[in-house]
Amino acid sequence: MTVSNSTSENLLEVRNLKKYFPIKGGLMRRTVAQVKALDGVSFSIKKGETLGLVGESGCGKTTTGRTVLRLIPPSGGEVLFEGQDVLKASSSRMRTLRRDMQIVFQDPYASLNPRIPVGQSIAEGLTIHNIGTPKERLDQVAQVLDRVGLNSGHMRRFPHEFSGGQRQRIGIARALVMQPKLIVCDEPVSALDVSIQAQVLNLLNDLQKDLGLTYLFIAHNLSVVEHISNRVGVMYLGRMVELASRDQLFRKPMHPYTKALMSAIPLPDPTIKRDRIILEGDVPSPVNPPSGCRFHPRCWLAQDICKHDDPIFEEKEPGHFVACHFAQG
Amino acid sequence: MAQSDVLLKLKGVKTYFFTDEGTVHAVDGLDFQVRRGETLGIVGESGCGKSVTSMSILRLLGKTGKVIEGEIMFDGENLLDLSEEEMRKIRGNRISMIFQQPTTCLNPVFRIGEQIIEALQIHQGLSGEEANKRTIELLTLVGLPDPVRRMRSFPHEISGGQAQRVMIAMALACNPELLIADEPTTALDVTIQAQILDLMRELREKVNTAIILITHDLGVVAEMAENVMVMYAGKAVEYAPVHALFEAPKHPYTQGLIASTPVLGNVRDELETIPGQVPSLLNPPAGCRFASRCAHKMDQCTQEEPPLIKLEGDRLVRCWLY
Repeated sequence: MTVSNSTSENLLEVRNLKKYFPIKGGLMRRTVAQVKALDGVSFSIKKGETLGLVGESGCGKTTTGRTVLRLIPPSGGEVLFEGQDVLKASSSRMRTLRRDMQIVFQDPYASLNPRIPVGQSIAEGLTIHNIGTPKERLDQVAQVLDRVGLNSGHMRRFPHEFSGGQRQRIGIARALVMQPKLIVCDEPVSALDVSIQAQVLNLLNDLQKDLGLTYLFIAHNLSVVEHISNRVGVMYLGRMVELASRDQLFRKPMHPYTKALMSAIPLPDPTIKRDRIILEGDVPSPVNPPSGCRFHPRCWLAQDICKHDDPIFEEKEPGHFVACHFAQG
Repeated sequence: MAQSDVLLKLKGVKTYFFTDEGTVHAVDGLDFQVRRGETLGIVGESGCGKSVTSMSILRLLGKTGKVIEGEIMFDGENLLDLSEEEMRKIRGNRISMIFQQPTTCLNPVFRIGEQIIEALQIHQGLSGEEANKRTIELLTLVGLPDPVRRMRSFPHEISGGQAQRVMIAMALACNPELLIADEPTTALDVTIQAQILDLMRELREKVNTAIILITHDLGVVAEMAENVMVMYAGKAVEYAPVHALFEAPKHPYTQGLIASTPVLGNVRDELETIPGQVPSLLNPPAGCRFASRCAHKMDQCTQEEPPLIKLEGDRLVRCWLY
């Protein structure tokens, strides 16, 4: 299954990525079952593009972000960054790769060390990679702080002296200081109030325009993902179920899960009355995913075939990939 | 009709927290009312005082917080004058509450059924068997699958969405006149949120309970509320019927809030932002609390606090522009 044929312009290519977490049990702590957090996910991201990944809790979107960066080892598949396999890279090669691939986390409170000044947190990557003299590092930290809308005077302060929005700016500065090519943004605005969220989203957009950054933007909020992404992938229970350009996906969703997800979002306009698709039940456990199509127990279109045959993730329209036996626009 | 139409009325309520760092003016002079059967949405961002408002009504402020001024009239009685024992008869009975984190609100060491039965026995004096029967009815009402078996589950054995259904069943157990729902769907996934909102709408028709719905999500408010109060830094800044509010928000803060929310199917190049951040409630600024972030700031705004100004169509706005 090839998601894109033109390898050259793709900064990142992920092929059939799998991550199974073992569940240990019994006296001997043997592996008794596996959580199939990621079960064969493929996608690619072009240079300068933002790929949004959406889905509900436990769909595997965060695991995708972390395995791509090799923060957790995958159970199978390939991750190609500029054509080179990240998962097979030697530790010295990995060190240089890590400079090119950075991450911004959801919780700006938990991701900064409370006991060291933020300037030092931001410079940590530079120090580890032995980039520049201490004086030069200081200059670079001052520069990125300025770039994210703070100033060099903030360098000596501690995380508790900042608001949530400012801390997320610091998180972004810390990624930015390494001059990365790819930033994985894992729910970067979910912990923020809307007025602050808008500030951070605009900042991410500006940085991308100015520095030509590529984002893998992971979020559960469809409105936010629609706002920031060029292409969007929808995940359900460890699988990618739909992947398309933003306009294709939001104007003409083809997978029933995507349709349900979109119709479930309350819109801030009381005059709109919509026919809402209400899914029944909860997301099944990824330990024992349903047979056939994983969405079939909650799907209103499900037929017999859905119980037995796992639908192929295929290109139904140019650039529009769907895994569903009854996909329709 | 002897019963007044107004169920709850707050007059000049001030709730302060006395901390080591100083006095936090969490709610600073709040007036509003809820009619029987009405759904009032309270919107605002972190720290605006929306949750403290609900805790003040239920008198669940803890040691450091206190309502220092004002009246909270519930069905003609000032809740602030009641003894703790009288208050206990109201909580969970005539006024009940649903919280944001359903799983942390259930007692982990008791079975779900037992927790609902307890409320029914205490408040309604039902016998064990009657309470048992009523619990099954309630769990069926909130759409919990297989209620007879589920009653015997412990909270950790059910999902977040199911736990919120149990919380709603518990809240409705004694047919409360007022239900306070504090971010009832914030911790839930959107498809589960849709189920719970649907359930709340359905139950509202059936039991005619007045609801105070506290949320930061403008979408949820637009969908559920009849009237909306927007709060900022401990004050109500705007009050309006829901259609009017979204059609033409009057307060600059409400306008900013609506403009900075990304809306599905309506992509803009750049989101509007509200510059700066919420002022500290330890030392709230003089004048209008939104002044430092407001694009329409005038000299008057930093000197004198605007009153709630009455506009056409049941609207109130706290801004010198009007």
